[in-house]
Amino acid sequence: MTTSRRTFLRLTGAGAVAAGLAACGTSGPQSSGSSTGGGAAAGTGTTYWFLTGQPQQGIREGQVKRFNDANPSTQIKTTQFQNDAYKQKIKTAIGAGQGPTLIWGWGGGGLKSYVDANQVEDLTGFFSQNAELKSQIFPSAFGAATVNGKIYAMPVESTTPIVLFYNKQAFEKIGAEPPQSWGDIMDLVPKFNDAKIAPFSLGGQSRWTNMMWLEFLYDRIGGSEVFQNIFDGKPNAWSDPSSLKALEEVQKLVKANGFIKGFSSITADSNADQALLCTGKAAMMLHGAWTYGGMKADGKDFVTGGHLGYMNFPPVDGGKGDPTTSVGNPAAYLSISSKASDQDKEVAKKFLANNTLDSASVDAWVGAGNIPVVKSAEAKLPSVQDKNDAAWLKFVYDTSSKAKNFQQSWDQALSPTAAEALLDNIAKLFQLSISPQQFADSMNGVIGK
Amino acid sequence: MGTRAAGQVGRSGPVAWMALPALVFFLVFGVVPLFGVLVLSFTQWDGIGAINPAGLSNWRSVLSDPGLPHALWVTFEIMILSWLVQTPLSLLLGVFLAGRQRYRAFLAVLYFVPLLLSSAAIAITYKALLDPNFGLGAGLNIGFLTQDWLGKDNLALGVVIFVVSWQFIPFHSLIYQGGVRQIPTTMYEAASIDGAGRLRQFFSITVPQLKYTIITSSTLMVVGSLTFFDLIFVLTAGGPGDATRVLALDMYKRGFQANLMGPASVIAVLLVLIGLALALILRRLGGSTTASQQEGA
Repeated sequence: MTTSRRTFLRLTGAGAVAAGLAACGTSGPQSSGSSTGGGAAAGTGTTYWFLTGQPQQGIREGQVKRFNDANPSTQIKTTQFQNDAYKQKIKTAIGAGQGPTLIWGWGGGGLKSYVDANQVEDLTGFFSQNAELKSQIFPSAFGAATVNGKIYAMPVESTTPIVLFYNKQAFEKIGAEPPQSWGDIMDLVPKFNDAKIAPFSLGGQSRWTNMMWLEFLYDRIGGSEVFQNIFDGKPNAWSDPSSLKALEEVQKLVKANGFIKGFSSITADSNADQALLCTGKAAMMLHGAWTYGGMKADGKDFVTGGHLGYMNFPPVDGGKGDPTTSVGNPAAYLSISSKASDQDKEVAKKFLANNTLDSASVDAWVGAGNIPVVKSAEAKLPSVQDKNDAAWLKFVYDTSSKAKNFQQSWDQALSPTAAEALLDNIAKLFQLSISPQQFADSMNGVIGK
Repeated sequence: MGTRAAGQVGRSGPVAWMALPALVFFLVFGVVPLFGVLVLSFTQWDGIGAINPAGLSNWRSVLSDPGLPHALWVTFEIMILSWLVQTPLSLLLGVFLAGRQRYRAFLAVLYFVPLLLSSAAIAITYKALLDPNFGLGAGLNIGFLTQDWLGKDNLALGVVIFVVSWQFIPFHSLIYQGGVRQIPTTMYEAASIDGAGRLRQFFSITVPQLKYTIITSSTLMVVGSLTFFDLIFVLTAGGPGDATRVLALDMYKRGFQANLMGPASVIAVLLVLIGLALALILRRLGGSTTASQQEGA
């Protein structure tokens, strides 16, 4: 008896030591977000949180540095996060009243939830005072910044449509031409598979990557009103015949092994999906324009050697959609916390007005292969020396400016509740574990939520 | 026995004071949030705006959601399968490491290494190794290893159980090692005089003597597996689809991704209840352990 109790005590002791050791080794995923300015909480001066990932990160750091150099008495402190980590962190922080002064975001449904909770400043007055600044920005970018007729965020950074990238060498290998229609895509799939090249790269674990396929198929098959009805909260809008057709088409592509083996365990944050395209393991990839810089930096001679091809998503035979329509992020958005002190708000407004879309920023975005959301960007294009960059920038500018409709990414446009249900169901749809009808039924359940 | 118990009663005053900091800590960080979650489960809150009372609607929506039985099933599947994998292996390893030979002490240090790594680091490493395109299998051209490990329902579940076992077997081996060393050697000497072989000694002396150790280790495994979150979150994010979406992950997704704090709190309450029930059942199994503890107090 005595022995067993002593054993028990010793065991709990060992357990405590082991747990202590384990705790020493434990570091949550959040610590991967590196901090350059220390803990940024409310009341510690003007703070600004944004995303990591080059080349965008370097440009944002440059903007803050220029502001801080010019205004030594009112410094802005920055904290940087990885994309997926940031999405959780910012919501929790704002809810707890610990958010930054300058809130980086995607506009749309997420911004609306901040507005509903009175967490962000109404910038309508700011823009009427700075009318010239407002007239410089692409008008299409303000849609996702506007809630109930008031502007709550400033469109900044670059406009990033989703485009169809392809590897020219992979097409040469099988002697095929880039697809001109959805039918061509389905015809190319077996040819690439026979040549042991995956037709499409996809970072399916991130889920919003799969969503980009639906955004285009919905538009090309049924036109932009199909999603507009969903966005407007019309009952059973997901059961539209065009919606069901689009869901069927994407499942056909999955069943034909259109996507790389193991796509549902690949994350977009690791850039493995881009690496598959650059290395020729996959022939095509539907992805945001923001991936160009990464592929250029990490893809060896893939971009510089002229092997990267790109095009807008092709039409679907018999579809009602306009083939010029694009989807993606019209801009990035900066809001000002309504909980910040008046002094911090003034500093933040000064930063917005002087340092976010200034000439140096526009040059930096163009230099990194992006189209900033200002009209002055077009004038900068002829000065681009690198011929690959020049062609790419012209393509992005044309795609964005000529688009009959520029649909904001669904997961950003919808409320966070509906967006999570959407991403969840999309993952199951691509996993073939639910049918198009089941998808529509469960999504109809969260319409307007 | 009696005199020792009396001595402990005499010391109970200062002992109680010493427990105070731990008790306050437990109240503030354990009990208070528990009630907070219970209250939140009857409200509607998106984590940012105002908190509104919602009555029983969260409970009704969560309990009628087909996702709940699925998440429960996955949770229990992982709990039971990882117990079945971990217990025999840690028991055998523990017995092996209880030997006093030098090389065993050396091996014990090596076996201990996985315990020093954080779950997130382990998950990221395995994710990279198992990548079907850039991982170990593809790099070394080993056909068997180039499976879609994390992309197929059953394989992903198997990988989760394997990684969990890899991470925690060292810890449980350590518990068993300590347990085995407590068994009086005279018992083994007597058994070998009676002609019992090694196998017979293992089943007739080692295993019965380790009864309470097995219960302790099983309680830690079972209750601990309810809270597996970081590893699964990084490794599969609950995927593919919802094949590895355990209850804790379901709670996180509802609360922090879908901004539904009410339903997430309902799941948190369910987790607490299930954890308590399991811990109580396991305590029952080792009924005399409780008796001896009460005797000591």
